Amino acid sequence: MTRLFTALAATLALAASPASADPDPTDWNAVLEEARGQTVYFNAWGGSVQANDFIAWAGARIADDHGVTVEHVKLSDTADAVSRVIAEKAAGRDEGGAVDLIWINGPNFAAMKEQGLLFGPWAEDLPNWALVDPESNAALTADFTVPTEGLEAPWAMAQVVFWHDTSRVAEPPRSMEALLNWAAANPGRFTYPQPPDFLGTTFLKQALYDLAPDPEALLAPADDTNYAEVTAPLWTFLDALTPHLWRAGRAYPQTGEAVKPLMADGEVDLAISFSPGAASAAIANGELPDSVRTYVLDGGTIGNASFVAIPYNANAKAGAMVLANFLLSAEAQLRMQDPDYLGWGTVLSMEALPEEDSAAFAALDLGVATLSPAELGAALPEPHPSWMTRVAEDWTQRYGIAQ
Amino acid sequence: MGQTSTARAQGRRLLPLAPVMTLTLMLAPVGAGLAFTLGPAFGYLPALGGTDFGFEAFRMLFDWPGIWQAVRVSLTTGLASTAISLALVILILAGWQGTRAFGVIERALSPLLSVPHAAAAFGIAFLIAPSGWIARALSPWATGWERPPDLLIVQDPWGIGLTLGLVAKEMPFLLLMALAALPQARAAQRLTIARSLGYGRVTGWIKTVLPAVYAQIRLPVYAVLAFSMSVVDVALILGPSTPSTLAVQTVRWMNDPDLSMRFQAAAGAVLQLGLVVGALAVWRLGESVFARLGRRWAMSGGRGHRASEAGARALGVTLAAVSALAIIAGLASLALWSVAGFWSFPDAWPDALTTRTWMRHAPSLGAPFWETMTIAAAATLAALILTITCLEAEHRHGLSPGARSLWLLYLPLLVPQVAFLLGLQTLAIGLGIDGARLPVIAAHLVFVLPYTFLALADTWRAWDVRHAVVARALGASPTRTLLTIRLPMLLRPILTASAVGFAVSVGQYLPTLLVGGGRVQTLTTEAVALASGGDRRLIGLTALAQTAAVIGPFILALALPRIVFRKRKGVVHG
Repeated sequence: MTRLFTALAATLALAASPASADPDPTDWNAVLEEARGQTVYFNAWGGSVQANDFIAWAGARIADDHGVTVEHVKLSDTADAVSRVIAEKAAGRDEGGAVDLIWINGPNFAAMKEQGLLFGPWAEDLPNWALVDPESNAALTADFTVPTEGLEAPWAMAQVVFWHDTSRVAEPPRSMEALLNWAAANPGRFTYPQPPDFLGTTFLKQALYDLAPDPEALLAPADDTNYAEVTAPLWTFLDALTPHLWRAGRAYPQTGEAVKPLMADGEVDLAISFSPGAASAAIANGELPDSVRTYVLDGGTIGNASFVAIPYNANAKAGAMVLANFLLSAEAQLRMQDPDYLGWGTVLSMEALPEEDSAAFAALDLGVATLSPAELGAALPEPHPSWMTRVAEDWTQRYGIAQ
Repeated sequence: MGQTSTARAQGRRLLPLAPVMTLTLMLAPVGAGLAFTLGPAFGYLPALGGTDFGFEAFRMLFDWPGIWQAVRVSLTTGLASTAISLALVILILAGWQGTRAFGVIERALSPLLSVPHAAAAFGIAFLIAPSGWIARALSPWATGWERPPDLLIVQDPWGIGLTLGLVAKEMPFLLLMALAALPQARAAQRLTIARSLGYGRVTGWIKTVLPAVYAQIRLPVYAVLAFSMSVVDVALILGPSTPSTLAVQTVRWMNDPDLSMRFQAAAGAVLQLGLVVGALAVWRLGESVFARLGRRWAMSGGRGHRASEAGARALGVTLAAVSALAIIAGLASLALWSVAGFWSFPDAWPDALTTRTWMRHAPSLGAPFWETMTIAAAATLAALILTITCLEAEHRHGLSPGARSLWLLYLPLLVPQVAFLLGLQTLAIGLGIDGARLPVIAAHLVFVLPYTFLALADTWRAWDVRHAVVARALGASPTRTLLTIRLPMLLRPILTASAVGFAVSVGQYLPTLLVGGGRVQTLTTEAVALASGGDRRLIGLTALAQTAAVIGPFILALALPRIVFRKRKGVVHG
């Protein structure tokens, strides 16, 4: 009887709106109806085997539940999907685009939002949005301080952690000042990915937080008067640190992933990561020695959320929403946080979950090298993007042409 | 009979159009690609709000602090790697052509061409890095290293690692091109005469054979120069990073989340194009200087000293061996990594061997493998047909204007792919033909055709037309002459061109991804995405899978002429 009613409602909804109209997430049954039979091309970074497997699993699940097929378009760089949407806009293809859902990061989100390349708002109308608590977790509605305004849905939490190999460094340095002293005593055994790589600039942000006399200033846009003053301690720090870096700062790993083999080979003893569970996963995968552990700085570390967004001209918007909604379900989030599968942080609020679900989260073994939420501590918010643009430029000027 | 003559008449009418048709087929994508590089470079890209023409993008480009270092390292690595590769090829051919050892060198080097560039670069990096296989094998017993030393071996700011990696990869390509050219250059006869006049082997070869061979491999040499300067994947793995080469930097700007950087990227691409053209001009100048010096040297009549002859021969074979070993050992280290458990420094061997990576990933590579083969075969066949009809039209109708404008075919090799492809992609989307296999094949054709053309053109033109005259005198039609005389005689260069074209197609990443809209998944799109995770086991596995896709056609290209002409060796060896 209910099913009959649902079908009837869906038919009415379809009849009421022109077929080409965009799906409306407040009418979720209509979205499900429209999504059935659609193929969602999910453009997501394909460099993580665990994440690829997770996406394949999520695709199989919503194929069973809702008849939506998910094709994972494995990218080496999110920019490729952004390029695709720009090319479609340039060619005038304003509907039926090839990209249905993008795993997007803060800077790409800000750029696509500014250029009007995103569909929405839709994210805060997803049924599973009720399971998150944006009040207590500001990272869910502000991506690099840019308001998300329902244009993207969160699916994982990330927070800066550092790795140390306990067989060589028992007591790691827990502040930037201590890191500098450690590096001076152990030259060539620390490095960070080369800015403007995402993780490389994150290291600079983290250092800026730790060293700036007034970190509050970082949350507002940088201006010419305070930029020099706020960043001065950072440059003093980097001037002192660079000669003690791996290869004396004459070469840098090009990506965050490239640091992993350096750590495994013992080229470096400390490294930065943006995924609290990555070390455990890498140990399980034979990519890191089992003596690697994670730690955070005494002053706290930066955290943010990973999001998915729908381009303005996506072909399967309804199917994309169904996938995004599934990624926010307790079932998907529990598997995501399980280090046997992915080991990423959940975006759900334990208070908003039914008791059996929150109990299941509490019962998870997070893995040998993963800190508990209490040890991880509250995440510091991302600084305003204007700081990073300028810092990355100045970094290149000062250290990026070290010949 | 009447039908045949009609068909023949049609053939006569259609064949002269071949160069025009080929050019049109290529010009649309090339034109669109260039427009979408030049437009944004001068501020025009309405999709990103750029509607005013101006020089702002170039101002930003030249304000970028590392620009001159990036330009310098692009120029020096490009010119040095091309010069060294060519010198090595000359040393090997001059010292060893026609000997038994030469057969070994040839068989060892040619298949190396089938190793994809990124795989070769990863392999070399795994080998020579301070934590690489060589250091592991020698530590700690010989070096005393318990941990990898902090030495700047790969990614050095001077680009030495990059240059050596490029030499190891480009030398086999040039050698294969030169080998295909040897019969048409009548190398054996020239050398016999020179030696009978008392010239040493090396001196005689350089004085008498080199001028003829170089004239035929000039275009491949230019292609190597252009490629070495604009290569991205090898430069990312082995090249410097403070700053990177201009091509790598251009890709970075193109991929920058700040979309306004795409204007600067386009300007960078235009500068890159200018650099390549400039380097080609410098090279051309160098050619004439060498030609002048060479003529004087040849006229001097020196027969070559016994000691320097021997030295040159030893040097040639040693460097060739080192270069081949670098790639082979690199591949071996990739293979070992793909089955390694945890493998810490300084162990020369992994803790444990496991098939886990293969079990987990090999099955999912099956479908992309066949997709890759289908696309590569189709693109190569199309490129071959276009190349041969163009060349045949040129031969039969003396279509020099068409031939002269065929240089446009080489544009895709000169412009950095990343900037060029945005236009190609926009064109495909505008025509509504993206996201399927056929457009991807067409996009591959843009990059495959220049290589098949340059691999075949000079050898084709150097074919002794007296064969055709004799055939015609005996009553054979031009088409019969083509099918029964020319194609069989040129089987070897044709197969070489096919193998090169096939390899080029297999290696295409961005064209496949962008034109295919992510819906056409090949081995390379899978490999590049997986490799971005930095897991050395996966890098090893995907690199081997890519190599496997190319090595079959290469072995075929080398073996087939020997099998087909086993009773007519003169056809193969000229």
